[in-house]
Amino acid sequence: MKRALYLLPVLLFLGLAGYFVLALQPGYDPHVLPSVMIDKEAPAFSLAGLSGDGISREGLKGKPFVVNFFASWCVPCREEHPLLMRLSEKEHIPLYGIAYKDRPEDSRRLLTQFGNPYRAVGIDNDGRAGLDFGVYGVPETYLVDGSGHIRKKFTGPMTAQQVQQELLPMLKDLGGS
Amino acid sequence: MVTELGHFALITALCVAIVQAVVPLIGASRGNTGWMQIGGSAALAQFALIALAMAALMHAYIVSDFSVINVAQNSHTDKPLFYKITGVWGNHEGSMLLWVFMLSLCSAAVAVFSSNLPPDLRARVLSVQGMIAVGFLAFILFTSNPFLRTWPAPDNGNGLNPVLQDPGLAFHPPFLYLGYVGFSVAFSFAVAALIEGRVDAAWARWVRPWSLASWCFLTIGIALGSWWAYYTLGWGGWWFWDPVENASLMPWIVGTALIHSAIVVERRDTMKSWTVLLCIITFSLSLVGTFLVRSGVLSSVHAFAVDPRRGAFILGLLVLAIGGSLSLYAIRAPALKAGGLFAPISREGALLLNNVLLATCAATVFLGTLYPLFLDAVNGPKISVGAPFFNRTFVPLMVPVLIAMAVGPMLAWKRGDFGAAMQRLYLAFGTCVVLVLVLLYITTGGPVLAILGLGLGLWTALGVLTEYADRIRLFRVSPQQSWRRAKGLPRAALGMTLAHFGIAVTVAGISVQAFDQEYLGFMQVGSDVKLAGYVLHLDKVERLQGPNFTADDATIEVWRDGRLVATQHPQRRYFPLQDQTTGMTAIRSGLVADLYLALGDQDDQGGWTVRAYWKPMVSWIWLGGLIMALGGMVSLSDRRWRIGVAAKARGGRIAAHAAVAGE
Repeated sequence: MKRALYLLPVLLFLGLAGYFVLALQPGYDPHVLPSVMIDKEAPAFSLAGLSGDGISREGLKGKPFVVNFFASWCVPCREEHPLLMRLSEKEHIPLYGIAYKDRPEDSRRLLTQFGNPYRAVGIDNDGRAGLDFGVYGVPETYLVDGSGHIRKKFTGPMTAQQVQQELLPMLKDLGGS
Repeated sequence: MVTELGHFALITALCVAIVQAVVPLIGASRGNTGWMQIGGSAALAQFALIALAMAALMHAYIVSDFSVINVAQNSHTDKPLFYKITGVWGNHEGSMLLWVFMLSLCSAAVAVFSSNLPPDLRARVLSVQGMIAVGFLAFILFTSNPFLRTWPAPDNGNGLNPVLQDPGLAFHPPFLYLGYVGFSVAFSFAVAALIEGRVDAAWARWVRPWSLASWCFLTIGIALGSWWAYYTLGWGGWWFWDPVENASLMPWIVGTALIHSAIVVERRDTMKSWTVLLCIITFSLSLVGTFLVRSGVLSSVHAFAVDPRRGAFILGLLVLAIGGSLSLYAIRAPALKAGGLFAPISREGALLLNNVLLATCAATVFLGTLYPLFLDAVNGPKISVGAPFFNRTFVPLMVPVLIAMAVGPMLAWKRGDFGAAMQRLYLAFGTCVVLVLVLLYITTGGPVLAILGLGLGLWTALGVLTEYADRIRLFRVSPQQSWRRAKGLPRAALGMTLAHFGIAVTVAGISVQAFDQEYLGFMQVGSDVKLAGYVLHLDKVERLQGPNFTADDATIEVWRDGRLVATQHPQRRYFPLQDQTTGMTAIRSGLVADLYLALGDQDDQGGWTVRAYWKPMVSWIWLGGLIMALGGMVSLSDRRWRIGVAAKARGGRIAAHAAVAGE
């Protein structure tokens, strides 16, 4: 029995090595994120609001909209923030926020400090909605069409170029701006 | 020509390493003194050869020999000489060469300073060092050779990644590597001890200075890396729980556990198999760290080598080194006999608690770093655990570590008196409670956890100081006598006091970050912004020409109470060669607070994105790291580590020493 205890480190290591072998197979690229959600119906969500009304899929359906997952602890989100502010102030896009795994008071502090680009913000403190959407890390942005299907996903902070060349034209085609 | 010489030296080094790995090991098992002694000469020869290879590559960089592929890809004639030299290890091939250079340096140091070691132990240690060198030299020569040529040579090079063109990053890898690689010596000692089946106080007295030195370098390396991230990335953050940062933090945590548990082996001849395991795990984590960074299994800003073939090679090395040593451990460790018994409340008990907690911390970081990858492997959802995971798991684990840190050094070996220790700490405890309550009252509605963290830092600091004051009997005897006692105190004791105090400084710095203030927005030229009592005035933004970049240079005046305090120049630099833009932050640093300015994009109406942070006591975080490393070095200068002393002290002297140091 005591001997088995001494075997534990090497067994744990072998499990780890097995995983690394798997990860090094050709074709495995950690940079490519799965896009299985594209053109599928957005997962149902119904979240309490950070200030005022909450948001839900059923409530937003009917017109295309953009959902942005963010958190106050997330550094790249702050990088993206000025862009979001401009998108909502200049382009008036229907932008909704979901505060992912974030305490409501922290999210609120962030938005009062830097400005609130969102029409409404849902609280996803337990990360349930994020899990359903397949959020890999924050920030992530989803473009959803009028019928409630996800049309485009941006992982990480969006760049001005992505917004000009992808997000805004697609949103326009869907009749949403 | 010089390059070929370096290439040849590296190949020869591999041959010498094979000799160093095989011959002394056979010699030790057969008792052949001649064969055993080859280890030392081979280690020195290997060091000379790799130093030659390193110098040859450096030469190619300095003269900008672009027929060497590695130089062409990573250097440029316009680059300042300083960055031409540091550029040698600013890329994958060169950094691996630096790695083996450090390894050979360690082996040579073992060879030189180990004359008083039993010859068979010395032979086995050098042999294991040789095996590691064989693996990594082969890795360099077969998958990442920095000496390959190309013809015709390009007119000029591709330059160094502008983000890496920075003094902080120039010194960060050498320190980090010296830390990583230094633990190879502890590893070699552990493997040699397992082969011999003998772990005793003399063994621990050998392992500890090596681990301590590596730990100091790793501490400095991590602090430099964090400081670099702070002032370069332009977000005011100093730790991002990035996989690569975690990869350096894990060996540091386990190494911290190791330098403590080795004390127990040295003084009390117990916790042996655990210490051996820590030696193996610390170096294994250093290797895994190298693997994670080099193979591209984890994607991150730091990974400048993404090549599956290299990954497969390093994985092979990992399996051999870690799998082999852990298998040896599984076979031989049960035979190691435990020595002295101890009560739960005792110095040993406190050190055991420290080890259990630190090991749990390391496991937590390990899980948080690799768990997302594992989920992904079994086709689960891709998830990010991010900062909240670490804040909820790692931070609470550090609390008992800090609480115990003040009490532990006051307990006696074998059986301590908890009540007596607490009695000596009641003043420290009272001060902390009062301070926390006062601060809570002042900052009502503010971040409570930050105040508690600050209290914890103060508790640690006061605990450390109380212990030191007790030792020199401050205020109980005359100041002259106290001073004499302080001078007579072993350096190891002073080192512990310093290192623990450094932790307190870092903890205080981290806690206070909850009070930072930030501004983020578009500023028109000529406009003002208020932040933490300062008025920031964006005076102008000019276009400047640098050696290999153009810069937008903002002039921001910092006013306070109607007085101009400083004029700061955050920049955005554009490197046309790489089509890359980097920010140069302007930081007004101080012990009280940093004022941190970063310039961002220009918007279409002529406004500039400006990020400004007021970060109280943020420099304490790195200052604490430096104090810790300094403590480690002071402890290393203790006379009992010096050559000859350890051998002579085997008699009664060390016991007397231990009673005084009690460390």
